[in-house]
Amino acid sequence: MDSLGGLPFVGMETSASFLPRESLDTLLEAIRREGYSRVLGPVVRHGAITYTGITSSDDLPKGLRDRQAPGHYRLEPEEGERSFAWANGPQALKPLTFAPRETLWRCELDDNGRLSFLDSALTPTPTAVIGIRACDLAALKIQERHFLKPPYPDPHYAARRESLFLVAVHCSHPADTCFCASTGDGPRAEAGYDLAMSELDHGFVLVAGTDRGRAVLALLNLSPASPDECAQADDEIEAAASAQTRSLPDRNLKDALYARLEHPHWDQVGRRCLSCGNCTAVCPTCFCHAEQDEPALAGSSSEHLRQWDSCFTAVHSYMGHFLVREETRLRYRQWLTHKLASWHEQYGRSGCVGCGRCIAWCPVGIDITAEVSALLESGDAQS
Amino acid sequence: MHNPDRPVEVEVVERVEETPSIYTLHLRFTDPEVAASYRLLPGQYNMLYLFGVGEIPISIVSDPDFEGPLEHTIRSVGRVTRGMERLKVGDRMGLRGPYGRGWPLDEAEGRDVVIVTGGLGCAPVVSMIRYVLQRRERFGRLVILQGVKHTDDLIWRRQYERWQQMPDTQVLLAADVGGPNWPYSVGKVTVLFSQAGIDPDKSIVMLCGPEPMMKASIDRLLALNVPAESMWLSIERNMQCGIGHCGHCQVGPYFVCQDGPVFHYPELRPWLGVTGF
Repeated sequence: MDSLGGLPFVGMETSASFLPRESLDTLLEAIRREGYSRVLGPVVRHGAITYTGITSSDDLPKGLRDRQAPGHYRLEPEEGERSFAWANGPQALKPLTFAPRETLWRCELDDNGRLSFLDSALTPTPTAVIGIRACDLAALKIQERHFLKPPYPDPHYAARRESLFLVAVHCSHPADTCFCASTGDGPRAEAGYDLAMSELDHGFVLVAGTDRGRAVLALLNLSPASPDECAQADDEIEAAASAQTRSLPDRNLKDALYARLEHPHWDQVGRRCLSCGNCTAVCPTCFCHAEQDEPALAGSSSEHLRQWDSCFTAVHSYMGHFLVREETRLRYRQWLTHKLASWHEQYGRSGCVGCGRCIAWCPVGIDITAEVSALLESGDAQS
Repeated sequence: MHNPDRPVEVEVVERVEETPSIYTLHLRFTDPEVAASYRLLPGQYNMLYLFGVGEIPISIVSDPDFEGPLEHTIRSVGRVTRGMERLKVGDRMGLRGPYGRGWPLDEAEGRDVVIVTGGLGCAPVVSMIRYVLQRRERFGRLVILQGVKHTDDLIWRRQYERWQQMPDTQVLLAADVGGPNWPYSVGKVTVLFSQAGIDPDKSIVMLCGPEPMMKASIDRLLALNVPAESMWLSIERNMQCGIGHCGHCQVGPYFVCQDGPVFHYPELRPWLGVTGF
């Protein structure tokens, strides 16, 4: 997948196009003509931004902004007509590539007691997603490293990933929970998109990142974006970076956290944590899943499924005769040290992209950036 | 892309009752092509599938060169293993594997092989013991140290007695609680080290069993000047996929299902005995 990732719009006037706001539907139409029969976009559902099927730009939110804080997510009116003036909702791309529940194979039992093992169909609907954030593209790349690593690349993940056409929208309205600037994953979409857009009041500055993206652009016959439009788009992204108030102190906290495995703060956060698993459900990089079997009532076939799991459940570390992590404190430590420490050894970077979802969707408002600060500020104290 | 998660059919060709709760299944691939391409290393495991119930990781006891059925010794502890207990000769099940890293065969060549096992954790090392005995001239002494809780826990008892008769092989057994028919030592497996006469420079040590037992044994071996680099251990975690995807088996940076189950002790040293990992 090639990409023009990370380059500012200024200086790219020759390749950046401008899509007037009133022509947004022509982009949706062009994407459909390229074979993506299902188009998902940000839609307000149950009081949150969710990626949902859209038929036209009328389905998109207008003049809405998300207010996020620890344990808090609300949509509020925002001046203007922008459709992407929000940071994110509870979903990232994760449910589209790593399905919450998916059949991996099926087993059939015949009358002679013979078993046949059959692959489940790998024919996901070609799907375009509009409004993807930089943090979510970074998370997608991380999950690709996990699910597609040799020697056992996962064909289910690969087929779903391959079926996606991704339209990123650079983030101009970060939430108070965002810290992608400190993890290096946003607010500018760096790579992994087919098209990337910046939303201005009167329209969109648009670049293609792949041949698929260029093919869609070619159908639109757009004028180039003006230098002023490019500069404004860049300025808004810059402002979105400097508006972020939360941060992680370092992109690699492995040694710092490994030196604090017995720090008393784990007890403190363990007493607040409900072990509910919301953080792992909304985290765009968490990949744990349980494998389970569901026999049909007739008794002659059985499905083998995978379903999202969480390291905050007791059974996650179940060993037949004991649990590796009986206490909540140990589960929180497992999650945090995996995400920010051992992930470096496994995948060459942190497992956190700074989207802040685990902060907003935690029912008791546990804040990963605050927990890291508390762990680090008291030196390398061991209990 | 091949689905790496899908089993193949195997048939139960023999079932051995080892103890009231431990049984051994001998499994034959029903597809000769699969049988011909199957290669294993001592210390690896297969995911075994019971129709409609689920999968579990089980160590392979067979020798890598043995072309007959694959042997799996299973303890009835959970839903799947209790169901598998009821399988009879001729019944079919699913198998995928072998998975994971096995014992360090090349490093072991020419050295004394010291096997330390405890509790019921001996299945992963049985394949290594058989491997050494099949290729006796390629290794130095074979020392087998086995600890159990109760004297009736000892499966393979006949096998241990047979191994004791093999050339240049020392078998030392210890039970936490002795009994009238227990001619061996009483205490933890660590009481056996002084009797074993381990040459710290010539030995490679392979451990398998409960982690506190392995940690205590490693500490004792280090005190006997066995270098940390000469020790390897096989550990157990919740393994559901076997291919490094599902995340349950992680210990620090490792996926036990793929990076293990056999580890070089220096790799696991920071994690062994740390509650919660």
